[in-house]
Amino acid sequence: MAFNIELPHVGESVTEAVIGKWLKSPGDQVEKYDPLVEVITDKVNMDVPSPESGILTKIFAVEGETVLMGAVIAEMDTGKVEADSSSNQTAPAAQLSAETPPPNRIGTLVQGANVGPTGGEFTDTSLSAETPSNTSSASGSSTPSTTRQKGFSPVVTRLAAQHGVDLATLVGTGLGGRVTKKDVLAAVDQGSNSASPTTVSLDGDEIIEPSAIRRMIADHMVKSMSEIPHAWSAVEVDVTGMVEWRTQNKAKFQSEHGIHLTYLPIALAVVASALKANPRLNSRWSDGKIIIKKSVNIGVAVAAEEGLVVPVVHDANEANVVGLAQQLDAIVSRARSGNMTISDAQGGTFTLNNTGSLGSVWGGAIINHPQAAILTTEAIVKRPVVISNNGEDVVAVRSMMNICLSFDHRIVDGAEASEFLQAVKNGLEAVNLESELA
Amino acid sequence: MAEQTVIEAVRQTMFAEMRRDSSVIVLGEDVGSRGGVFLATDGLIDEFGENRVIDTPLAESSICGVAIGAAVNGLRPIAEIQFADFIWPAINQLVGEASKVRYGTNGVKTAPMTVRVPYGGGVRGGLYHSQSIEVLFAHTPGLSVVAPATPYDAKGLLASAIRTDDPVIVLEHKRTYRLVKGEVPAEDYTIPIGKAEIKRHGTDLTIFTYGLMLHYSLQATEMAAAIGIDVEVLDLRTLRPLDEESIAESASRTGKALIVQEDTPAVSISSEVAAIIGERCFFDLDGPITRLGPPEIPPMPFSPIQEAEFMPSPEKILTAIKKLAEI
Repeated sequence: MAFNIELPHVGESVTEAVIGKWLKSPGDQVEKYDPLVEVITDKVNMDVPSPESGILTKIFAVEGETVLMGAVIAEMDTGKVEADSSSNQTAPAAQLSAETPPPNRIGTLVQGANVGPTGGEFTDTSLSAETPSNTSSASGSSTPSTTRQKGFSPVVTRLAAQHGVDLATLVGTGLGGRVTKKDVLAAVDQGSNSASPTTVSLDGDEIIEPSAIRRMIADHMVKSMSEIPHAWSAVEVDVTGMVEWRTQNKAKFQSEHGIHLTYLPIALAVVASALKANPRLNSRWSDGKIIIKKSVNIGVAVAAEEGLVVPVVHDANEANVVGLAQQLDAIVSRARSGNMTISDAQGGTFTLNNTGSLGSVWGGAIINHPQAAILTTEAIVKRPVVISNNGEDVVAVRSMMNICLSFDHRIVDGAEASEFLQAVKNGLEAVNLESELA
Repeated sequence: MAEQTVIEAVRQTMFAEMRRDSSVIVLGEDVGSRGGVFLATDGLIDEFGENRVIDTPLAESSICGVAIGAAVNGLRPIAEIQFADFIWPAINQLVGEASKVRYGTNGVKTAPMTVRVPYGGGVRGGLYHSQSIEVLFAHTPGLSVVAPATPYDAKGLLASAIRTDDPVIVLEHKRTYRLVKGEVPAEDYTIPIGKAEIKRHGTDLTIFTYGLMLHYSLQATEMAAAIGIDVEVLDLRTLRPLDEESIAESASRTGKALIVQEDTPAVSISSEVAAIIGERCFFDLDGPITRLGPPEIPPMPFSPIQEAEFMPSPEKILTAIKKLAEI
C-alpha cells in the first residue's frame, strides 16, 4: 500500500521548513523511526524519522526546497494490502495507472492496416507526408512574442525567490537567452554543492548568497518586526550580591555538579517566577485574541556556528537553580553543536537573551515571534552608585547590570512592563551571600 | 499473452461481458448477422441470439431511446452508433435524457447504458465519416466519456463502462481499430473511469492527448528523443471526468504542456486541459500552455492531400515539441 510521508509539525510558530539531505533513496528498505531526511526550520535542524516501515518509493520534495509543514514529501510502500473499496472493480485495475505500461501493451502499428468500410485502398498520407511548415496547424495563441521571451516564467520566478537565486546573474539557455527552469535548478545545484556561500563579484562589491538558516532568521525577524508593535523599557539592577554569591559558590558548584556556574540560571529562575506573577508577559497575540500560556517555557538565545538559535527550557518555573543550570548546560551544548531536538526548539513562551556576554550594555531586541516579550541581560559593570547606608546617601562601587525589555504593545502597556521589570530587578537584587539558591 | 487489435479487444470484451452478465444486450444498425459495419459484433448473434443482439432501424434517436428504456428497466444495453457522425439525432436522448436519469428520479432509477461510438478521421472518410464528437458529451454532467486508444485500454474501459450504473459514451477511434495491435490479458480486468495514464515518462515537457493522437505523439517522442528532447506522454483515456490530479502532477513536474488533439481546438478538450493546468500549475510553468490541433474549418476534407494537411501528424507534433522545448 502506498503511504504518504508528511513533514511533521514541530512547533506552533514553525510553518515551513527547508529540505536538507535525503538520508534514504527511493528503493531503500526503511524501518519505522529510521532517519529519512534532514530538514532545516527557523528553529532547528532535525532528522525526520520514518513514520512507517516499508520501501521508500518516491521523493517529492528535493533538497533545498521549502515545504509547508504537513505537506507530503515522499511516498513509501508499506507492503500492507489496501482494503478493496470498489468491489465492482477487479484487482489488476487498481494498479494500472501507476507506471508506464510496457510498449507491447500500448501496442504497435500495423503496416497497411485496413481501416474499415469506407476506407478501401488508400495511402496513409498522414504518416508519410513531408514535414509541413507548422504555421497553420499550431493554434495561433501559443506562439510567444519576442517581448515575452525577455520575461521570466512563473516557475523561474518562484524557484529563484525560493532559493535566493539572483536571476540577473544567470545566463539563460532558452530561446533568445531566456532563463529556463533548468537554468535556475542548475544554479541552485551549483550553490548547494559549494562549501561556502556563493559569492558574486559585481563592480567590486561582494554579494553573498545567504545560507538557508540565514534566510530563515531574516524572514523571522521581518515577520516579528512587521507584525508586532514593539515597545521598549529598561531598568538598572544592582547585582553586587549576585556577583558575590556566584564567586563564593562557583568552585563548589563545579565540583558538586560538574557544571561551570554562570549568572544565566539565576536570571532564568528569577524571570520564570516574575512571569508567573505577570502572566501577560507570558502570552501571545493570536487572531485578535490574547492567549495566556499556561507553561513558562523560556527560550535562551544562543549564538551557534550557523546563526542565532533559541533552545527552550521547559517549565522553567518548576526547577531550582541547579536544575536550570543542568538543563541549560545540556541544551546550549546541543544548540552549539547543531544537535537540537524537536522538543528543544518548540513551545517557547518567552525569550531571554544574555547580550551582556558580548559586552553590550543596552539593547532593543526583536521579539521572538509570536511571543509577547523578550528580555536582555546586559553586561555587569562596576560603577560608582549612590546607595543608602543607614539612612545616609553614600557613593559606593557596585556591580550594575541593565535589563532591557521589548514587549508587544498590543498585549502589554508600560505599566505592566514596568511591574514585570521591577519583579525581575527585585528578584536579582535579593540574591546575596546568604541565599540558598543551590 | 495474445496480441489483439483494438477491434478484436472490443469484440472479445463484449463476448466476455455478455457471458458474465445475462442483462447485457447489444443493439444497433447491422449488429446482428452482418456483425456490425466494423465487425465489432461479429458472431455475437450466433452465441446470444436475437433477443440479446438486436438489429435496429437506421434511427440513432431510437437506438439510444430504446437503450435508456432498457437500462432503467434493469438491462445493461450496449448501443452501437455506426459512425459518430450519425450520433446527432440522438443528442436529445443522450444529453437531454440519459444524463439526467439519476438526478431526475432522485436516484430511484439509473441508466446503466454504454454507447459505443466509432469516431475520428485520417481514414479518408470525408465529411460524414471522420468527425470528432467528444466535446458535446464531455461537456454534459451526468455522462462519462472514455476514449481508449490501445487494445488493453479498450478492454478495460469498455468493461468498466458496461458495469457502471450510469451512461458512458465509449469513443473508439476507427483508425486505431486495425492499426494498433497490442497485448490483452485473457483474464477479467477493468480500468477505472477517470484515470489517465502516463504512456511515456519524460522530463522536458508533457504531451496531453487521447485517441489516435496518442500513437502519433508516441511516434513524435521517439523522433524527439533522437535529438535529445525527453517528452512525457499522458494518455487522458477518460475525457469526462478528466483526471485533474494526473494532469496537474505531470504539468507541474515538467513545467511545459503541449496538448495534442485531432478535434478542432476552440472550446474543446484541449481548452479544458489548458484551463486545469492554468488554474493548478501556474507557479510551475516554464512555457506557454501550447495546443496543437487542426485548423478551424467545418469538416475533415476528403482529398488525401487536404486531409493530411488537416490532421496533426507525428511530424507536426515533433515541430511543436521542438518549439516548446527550446523556449
